[in-house]
Amino acid sequence: MTEPTKQPAKQASANPLSLKERMKVPRQHMLEQSPLERATNFTEVNLGYSEELARQEAQRCLECPKATCTTDCPVGVKVKEFVQLIVAGDYMGAAAKIREDNVLPAITGRVCPQEDHCEGGCLMGKKVQPLGIGYLERFVADYEQGHLDISNLPKAPPTGKKVAIVGSGPSGLTAAGDLVQQGHQVHVFEALHTPGGVLVYGIPEFRLPKQIIREQIDYMRAMGVEFETDVVVGRTVTIDELMEEEGYDAVFIGTGAGLPQFMGIPGEHLNGVYSANEFLTRINLMHAYEFPKYDEPMLDFRGKNVAVIGGGNTALDAIRSALRLGAGKAFILYRRSEAEMPARKEEVEHAKQEGIEFQVLAAPLEFLDDGKGWLAAARCQKMALGEPDASGRRRPVPIEGSEYEIPLAVAVIAIGTSANPIVQSTTPGLATNKRGYIQADQNTQKTSRKGLFAGGDIVTGSATVILAMGAGRRAAKSIHEYLTTPGTW
Amino acid sequence: MFRILHAEFLAPGIKRFVIEAPRIAYKQKPGQFVILRLYEQGERIPITIEHSDPERGTIRIVVQSIGKTTHLLNSLNTGDSILNVVGPLGKPSEIAKFGTVVVMGGGVGTAMAYPTAAALKHAGNRVISILGARNKELVILESELREVSDALMITTDDGSYADKGFVTDKLRQLIENGTRIDLVLAIGPIPMMRAVAEMTRKEHIRTIVSLNPIMIDGTGMCGGCRVLIDGKSEFACVDGPEFDAHRVDFAVLVQRNSMYRPAEQRSMEEFQGGIGSRPEPVHTGQTGACALEGDGR
Repeated sequence: MTEPTKQPAKQASANPLSLKERMKVPRQHMLEQSPLERATNFTEVNLGYSEELARQEAQRCLECPKATCTTDCPVGVKVKEFVQLIVAGDYMGAAAKIREDNVLPAITGRVCPQEDHCEGGCLMGKKVQPLGIGYLERFVADYEQGHLDISNLPKAPPTGKKVAIVGSGPSGLTAAGDLVQQGHQVHVFEALHTPGGVLVYGIPEFRLPKQIIREQIDYMRAMGVEFETDVVVGRTVTIDELMEEEGYDAVFIGTGAGLPQFMGIPGEHLNGVYSANEFLTRINLMHAYEFPKYDEPMLDFRGKNVAVIGGGNTALDAIRSALRLGAGKAFILYRRSEAEMPARKEEVEHAKQEGIEFQVLAAPLEFLDDGKGWLAAARCQKMALGEPDASGRRRPVPIEGSEYEIPLAVAVIAIGTSANPIVQSTTPGLATNKRGYIQADQNTQKTSRKGLFAGGDIVTGSATVILAMGAGRRAAKSIHEYLTTPGTW
Repeated sequence: MFRILHAEFLAPGIKRFVIEAPRIAYKQKPGQFVILRLYEQGERIPITIEHSDPERGTIRIVVQSIGKTTHLLNSLNTGDSILNVVGPLGKPSEIAKFGTVVVMGGGVGTAMAYPTAAALKHAGNRVISILGARNKELVILESELREVSDALMITTDDGSYADKGFVTDKLRQLIENGTRIDLVLAIGPIPMMRAVAEMTRKEHIRTIVSLNPIMIDGTGMCGGCRVLIDGKSEFACVDGPEFDAHRVDFAVLVQRNSMYRPAEQRSMEEFQGGIGSRPEPVHTGQTGACALEGDGR
């Protein structure tokens, strides 16, 4: 296939459909495991597009001259171009096109909130359903995985510069991938025993299979990225030691969402009350759902009432995991209404299909014990929606006298995280904001320390995989500039 | 992979390992610990660092066989490897010149008390050490501790070595004799640390304990190791493991450490079934092992 030149929209398109016809083709559904079946297993919910479905969906693209799908993408994937390559049947070309801007396509194709980015900007969405950009990206990435020989990837000529990446989550991996393609020597430090960060410990198998992450990391290894696990930067080695003793010319800090927040209500220490991070880490990183094949234990959830407090993707990942562990009744407790939930729409739909109950406009006031230190119930309060708060979402206002009790064996608190201080407190001169997050320039990701860049949740607080990737990408660009152009700090 | 350069039993069921871990050896300070994992399906368990040698790039750990993972670990020998070792984790012990410090080590907790005792001695303190064990065979690190102490007292639960009784008996004697004590450091099974805390609370003696809650990542990310300190949750991995004993809710620590007991027992039974022998049951005497996987502090 030939590369499209300057104005692809005006070129003879491979697409046989007229623009009018394209609007009439419905969005192609992705095959899924049936809700009843999947609620009992941890295998992936979405099963992917066939080639035929992918090409039918790709043909819906209107090839807009002003591609908002690309401008709304935090890493700027050239959507129109890769979709046209699918229409033309050049799937490997499409994969290469995505990889120009996104080093983790199999991951973003699965976990991005597309409705907030590419698909949210899709012109078709104004009249009919937007183009299934996430599904198409996933199709291309999976096709590439099945057909690519990674033993002989082209490598850029070495620049002789060394970059350390702290954390192997979405921002770190993205920065690493972009930098190695520029010829820099890239070494990624990971605190846990497996690289991938939140992709590994946070996102469950049924949404993002571990095999996919392993493949993406193997691909990065093949590109030349080095990974070192079991290193807690700040404890095992400091940033200053990396720069002064180990010869790194620049460091990118992408240590991610830090300490789990608790609600500060009575009874949070009871057995059966988890932070979402612990609950999900046990299941995802430690495979507790495969106990005793894996050593990490989990409480027996079978037939029990389980509630997750929160309305984000993490909350939904946790409650859907609890359901798969056999919970008798699994529900979300969220203090605002469904409209304010920050979770991906597809996850909310999937959760409902699986039988998750949503108790919205309600929040726990207290966890009650059984007299032996175990959770027995939660005392909750109903809420009404008031004026919008700083987040722009309507503020929950407690309704006096609306308290009620629900019996509960397990509660998982998924209300966000606060900054982990390990790197900041061991790196003199690194400026943080009043909440303890690292201060970094929004465009260059530069911190207050020369040669030190930061991005992702440790700068912004809890956000999404793709926003962290966007930060990693901007950091890589300015690290490259810093390393190759003298006097650019 | 982290190579075991040397392994030896210090006592029945208590083994000392010298492990090649240059990064950790270079940074370790008294009071810190590592988390290790033995194999792909293994759990992560926190283990005390007893000593490190930055020049050789090695650390020493002392492990008591309690659950499946520690039994497996203690079956490893010189030349074997451990899949993952990460650290040093936790805040180091506060080392300053306090005056007279009483260092109390119960059972394998002695391995964690020892490096801090050495550092306190080095900082100019008068160090009185009290070492407790269930019986003569389980007394560990006696000569090491003697070397860094101005005085060393030993108790065994059954009187098979030194004085019969508990470490708290010796502490009571010191207090009753009017010994001026500026700081007590107590590291051992929870009942021992709780008993020390109760005794020194009345005397208004500042007391530090090192806590051993269930832990996964050890970096503050999971919050599983939260302990109740003055009624507020703190994380043992980043805020500790050492805390002011008088502010610790020991009952909650005991309760949270029991959370997975049925699963731990099942793991252990299947493991024992697999190797076709049944080691001695776990004892939970005051200075004996605590029934939690980890280093049994």
